Amino acid sequence: MSVQDMSERERVDAFPTRTIGGYRVRAGRPFPYGATPVPGGVNFSVYSDRATAMSLVLFERGAKEPTAELEFPQEFRTGSVHAMTVFGLDLENLEYGFRADGPFDPEAGDRFDARRILGDPYARIVSGRDVWGEEPDWDNVYPYRSQVLNDDFDWGDDTPLRIPTEDLVIYETHVRGFTRHPSSGVRAPGTYAGLREKISYLKELGVNCVELLPVFEFDELDNPRTDPVSGERLHNYWGYNTVSFFAPKAGYAATGRFGMQADEFKSLVKELHRAGIEVVLDVVFNHTAEGNENGPTISFRGLDNATYYMLTDRGEYYNFSGTGNTVNCNHPVVRDFVLSCLRYWVAEYHIDGFRFDLAAILDRAPDGTPLPNPPLLEQLAHDPVLRHTKLIAEAWDAAGLYQVGHFPNYGRWSEWNGQYRDAVRRFIKGEPGLVGELATRMAGSPDLYQGRTASASVNFITAHDGFTLSDLVSYNDKHNEANGEGNGDGANDNHSWNCGEEGPSASAHVRDLRLRQTKNMLAILLTSQGVPMILAGDEAGRTQLGNNNTYCQDNDLSWFDWGLVEGPTANTELLEFTKALIAFRHAHPVLRTADHPTGVDRVGSGYADVSWHGVQAWMPDWAEHSRVLGMMRCGRHAKGGGTVADDHIYVAVNAHWEAHDLELPGLPPGQEWHLFTDTGALMSYGLHPPGSEPRLEHPGRYHLGPHSVVILVGRATH
Amino acid sequence: MTVKVQTHNEGSRTVIVLDGEINSTTSGGLQAQLLPFIKAGSEVLVDLTGVSYVSSAGLRTLLIVHRHAQQLEAEITLSGLSEEVRFVMSATGFLDFFRIGDATEGERAGR
Repeated sequence: MSVQDMSERERVDAFPTRTIGGYRVRAGRPFPYGATPVPGGVNFSVYSDRATAMSLVLFERGAKEPTAELEFPQEFRTGSVHAMTVFGLDLENLEYGFRADGPFDPEAGDRFDARRILGDPYARIVSGRDVWGEEPDWDNVYPYRSQVLNDDFDWGDDTPLRIPTEDLVIYETHVRGFTRHPSSGVRAPGTYAGLREKISYLKELGVNCVELLPVFEFDELDNPRTDPVSGERLHNYWGYNTVSFFAPKAGYAATGRFGMQADEFKSLVKELHRAGIEVVLDVVFNHTAEGNENGPTISFRGLDNATYYMLTDRGEYYNFSGTGNTVNCNHPVVRDFVLSCLRYWVAEYHIDGFRFDLAAILDRAPDGTPLPNPPLLEQLAHDPVLRHTKLIAEAWDAAGLYQVGHFPNYGRWSEWNGQYRDAVRRFIKGEPGLVGELATRMAGSPDLYQGRTASASVNFITAHDGFTLSDLVSYNDKHNEANGEGNGDGANDNHSWNCGEEGPSASAHVRDLRLRQTKNMLAILLTSQGVPMILAGDEAGRTQLGNNNTYCQDNDLSWFDWGLVEGPTANTELLEFTKALIAFRHAHPVLRTADHPTGVDRVGSGYADVSWHGVQAWMPDWAEHSRVLGMMRCGRHAKGGGTVADDHIYVAVNAHWEAHDLELPGLPPGQEWHLFTDTGALMSYGLHPPGSEPRLEHPGRYHLGPHSVVILVGRATH
Repeated sequence: MTVKVQTHNEGSRTVIVLDGEINSTTSGGLQAQLLPFIKAGSEVLVDLTGVSYVSSAGLRTLLIVHRHAQQLEAEITLSGLSEEVRFVMSATGFLDFFRIGDATEGERAGR
């Protein structure tokens, strides 16, 4: 008998043993959870510890009422897992859910409701919001419907890229917002396919990692608010309200109406990988779309409320997330759920990493107490499938747990460095007393990440949550009126400065200063040690008109206007500047060294790995009134020294409103300083292309204008 | 909805003309009908002019037939893709695998 014959042999368990609800079935297998195609049928498996009865509810795709309900016989139950194989189903026209019966006793944590049809927590795809924003039937008995997925995508040889974390330049973007604007010119605006058409732009920009705002299925229509002026519906545009954790958002797929969102998203990941770009997903495990006791029952609440949510001893929902409920992340069953989910996205979607929204919640015990050694985080850090994925924590939550610098990390976790953001903003704005902190932040924040590498620090100045970079230099205050909450939402501590006029300005002086301040911050970001993250659109001056919380704005406020990239309204100067800065970072490994600099010469080069300078070389001025800092990096120390060659780099920041004459640190014999950029000087795109920087005319001094950054390269003149 | 299969020869190649929808109900039968035409070294053109919709299962069927052809060093070309079918195939990455060919004689005649 040949090997092929053996693989084609039928399975002995591929035959039904009885009929339930008109369907031929047999006892299923508890693993894997969810709906799995098996020879001749589908294996359904669902967990509920406290349910007294469980049924599988089957629909024909789009039908108002179920086709059948199949109660799981007691003997189809293993432990608290109900499993059944159903034969003869048409997978493409099938939607399924569960109906669980059990006690309704909120004080004891039980909220079973047999009137509801519940989504499968492990559903691989979900229908119901197939086309973004399309008005649904609000009386649907089962609005978000689980579906079975054909998961045999042909990846070829693709695999997660495993780019070293410290070599990443992350680009944070929103699948819909990136190409939804009519100016994008893509075939299917606002979709995975649309983003795929823009890969060449990302490649040209030079980023090697995209971080996508949530792509797990959510309901963009779950926002009850309307625009106070137009009366139009406000959306849940960002999507931080997960309906189904294993399912890619159908409304982000041009093919979502055909149920092909998984293939479309996988195809996007595959193409990004082909272009050398990693994919990090922003994941929201701290809460679900079910809200508090007044929210909808979608899945978890009806399957096993007490398992999935953190409850007070009176059965009320803890609200550490600020959204009504808190996922009970360190319950063993939920840990298993989170781990399986992440493994699934890595194994099946080839995802390169995750950014965990309000990650501090992941280290809280079921009663909300922060754990010193949270089992979930430890497990994720050591999991074999996740071994080389990037794990990035937003290391705080909405209930005051702030862990930047001390998030339990097991040598694996990185963090969004909120202190980096605030320090750079305040320094550039011109606040006093920050030279010392700026130096620490540019060196990878060794004060926060002692004993960890610099890649623990994801450095950013702007992110989706807050001002864009352009707005950061154009507004002193947030302008969130369009969100319908009387400008009461969004952060107030923005450390922004409008450069003299609030909002759009006709003054050439104001506009010049804004461009310079923008460049200053980008220059600091891309020469700091750690992992830089850029907010999509900042490279071209994207504005949200001062709105710093556009979570609900599915319109021009949020969408990337491609007129900023090309055409008469393009911000070519800023865009080319950003591209060159990114290229500069890629060209200089000394900026991407994993270990924190120590301030000593570790390779015998005669120079410390990092040295600090002021108006006078070798004399940093840490005084309160000082607003000038020079940083020199010794290229011989690049990547720890001895493996790659690099030049010396000198970065000087002048946040003062007056110019300063800087004395430059001397170089080894035969080397001279060359000018890469001076944000205050007139030159084409504000810089010289990396590798062809001209030699400074005066070798020992540099006149740095007000509010300016200069970057010099120390090397032999070609 | 069914899918109708008609075949004829154009020179050395076999032309398979499909009509209808290729979805989970029709794709199993279609695969069984197509595979016998895939022989070592054969040249097959699948004319999709009459196909209004190809579902996820349908795309997989086409790809499976294509994979069989590759194993046998046979050559499959698709032609007559409607704009929508072509777009769905391109968005989901399936288009990348196939050779997309010229119109058949039938198409050129405005069938």
